[in-house]
Amino acid sequence: MRFTRREFLITAVKGAIVTALPMSAFKLLTPDEAMAAVKKTRVRWGFLVDTRKCVGCGFCVKACKLENEVPYDTPVTRTWVERYVILKDGKMLADTPMGARDGFTDQKVQEKVVNPKDIAKAFFVPKLCNHCERPPCVQVCPVGATYQTADGAVLVDRSWCIGCGYCIMACPYGARFFHPVYRTAEKCTFCYHRITKGLKTACVQACPFGARQIGNLKDPNDPVTITVLTKRVSVLKDEYGTKPQVYYLGLDENVR
Amino acid sequence: MHETYVHGLEWTVKELFTYPNEFIYWTIQIVMYPYLTGLVAGAFVLSSLYHVFGQKDLEDIAKFALVFSFALLLGAPMPLMLHLQHPERNFHVLVTPHFTSAISAFGIVFSFYTAVVATEIWFVYRKFFVEQVNELKNKEGLGNAIKRNIYRVLTLGAYDISPEALHKDEKVSKFLAGFGIPVACFLHGYAGFIFGSVKANALWMTPLMPVIFIMSAIVSGIALCLLTYIVIMEWQKMKIHRHARRHWHMTEEEVKGAEIDLVRKATKYLIGFMIAAITLELLDLIFRGYTAVKSWDILRSVIYGKDFRNIFILQYGIGNLLPFIMLLIPGVNLKRTVIALILVLFGVFMMRWNVVIGGQAFSLTFAGYMEYHMPLIPHNLETAKEGLVGALTVMILPFIFFYFFNKIIPSLRYK
Repeated sequence: MRFTRREFLITAVKGAIVTALPMSAFKLLTPDEAMAAVKKTRVRWGFLVDTRKCVGCGFCVKACKLENEVPYDTPVTRTWVERYVILKDGKMLADTPMGARDGFTDQKVQEKVVNPKDIAKAFFVPKLCNHCERPPCVQVCPVGATYQTADGAVLVDRSWCIGCGYCIMACPYGARFFHPVYRTAEKCTFCYHRITKGLKTACVQACPFGARQIGNLKDPNDPVTITVLTKRVSVLKDEYGTKPQVYYLGLDENVR
Repeated sequence: MHETYVHGLEWTVKELFTYPNEFIYWTIQIVMYPYLTGLVAGAFVLSSLYHVFGQKDLEDIAKFALVFSFALLLGAPMPLMLHLQHPERNFHVLVTPHFTSAISAFGIVFSFYTAVVATEIWFVYRKFFVEQVNELKNKEGLGNAIKRNIYRVLTLGAYDISPEALHKDEKVSKFLAGFGIPVACFLHGYAGFIFGSVKANALWMTPLMPVIFIMSAIVSGIALCLLTYIVIMEWQKMKIHRHARRHWHMTEEEVKGAEIDLVRKATKYLIGFMIAAITLELLDLIFRGYTAVKSWDILRSVIYGKDFRNIFILQYGIGNLLPFIMLLIPGVNLKRTVIALILVLFGVFMMRWNVVIGGQAFSLTFAGYMEYHMPLIPHNLETAKEGLVGALTVMILPFIFFYFFNKIIPSLRYK
């Protein structure tokens, strides 16, 4: 049979169309969507911080660094505590020395000695990754090394991260950094290795005052869910549209 | 425990209230990257001005700009490689591109653009390749044999140089030159998008960013092409002048040095694109001040305070206004043009610096500052990569590429 180039090309194009058409009937799923579709999770991890209970001891930071092997003597940390001092003239001072790993042992705030009489209010605010519902860090990762699990946790695949730092730039909360040993993007995982086995996160377990709680927001009987639904909670920087899932009690307008 | 290294700790100075994880993560190499892709895009647009819009007086510089653009292009991934914490994993961007990320497009846009430029060069030089193969046929020696084989490969087996075939070549290269303009703009516009789409960064986030990047890219591309062209031409003139006694038959007049007419013409385009770039930048600034959203207080303190010298004196003053005046005052000569061009290049570099480094000069808390101290003398790999040494390496590399390209595809004609 004679098969000219022209015929070959025509047949090839026809063949391509015939195979491509039925394929297009299927919706292309991202790995996350496929996972979610199969697993239909009944869990959405959420976090509750009661700032009114926090005394700034820094046990949570210590516990986190040890549990998650973030080098202890480096300034980078997955969770940290901020101290806010609002003066009577309205001025705001704030600091977080070494992420408050050792608590707040110095009365100086931002290198200033503050006269207690000048203080209008002062408080502590624990911070961690907000495991946003719409995480900008996941959006910008060029290789898909950071991803959101079906139960809401935002994680990083250390074996695939190229270390471009785009996710660090995209996070409005400063929750990300480069791991000092692995040199890949690093962040709070809600202690995913613990919570998926029924344990509490390291920071929750270490907090002597119950200022931190982790829970399942899809479980209506979970204490965190009850508080989020029935109390006046707020989140950090909601103007970025990231839908953060770390809820706060007693947040002040000065909190950054 | 392994050796620990906190990226950014060495060159970041923090002030007032910042988050513990905040450092200058994007350093000099991220300044170099848009600078380089900008030069690529600009050089290509300059060459297309001749090929597409038939600006005959740009003929001499057009070929040079095309080949130079290719050399710059091959140097463009270098700053990214030096920036990555895991450069050995760079291919992940190609094998698992995550398309919601602007950076993921890099592999595709970059290879596509490289293909377009390479194809255009091939069509422009095909006749030359064939001629070289025929010319070197009768010459002896290993060097000529190697050279002939290189050209044989480069012809890709297309030896037809009949007038009809050449006419076709011209048509195709003209099409590619035109097609390449939007692709070049896309390559660079998307670099602007990488920054403009970061909603967490108050200074970067503006839809004008890609457009501003493209305009300043064309400015820098034209400036660098003109400058390199003048320097090479003057150098050729000098060389011939020195050898004039021995090669008495060659005179300086025979060398068409940097022609002032061509320079004047190209300068006009330069000024035009400069006006567009500065207009957009000022629009952005005015808009930010007028709308004065939450971030304005800290932005104002950075723009009019901490970075005043970098933005208003170095970028707008010395980098824009001064060369603008120098090029507009009548009676432009070569020396003044060269100085103005260097200042323009410096101005665009400062613009990139003020975007990339300036965008990290303030904390996400809006209550603190960070300052980048570029490592000058390296004492480890990081400070070499993300310091002066890395920046210079990236800057020199395209010129080395160009030197070798020019051996095979001569882009400068000395009439």
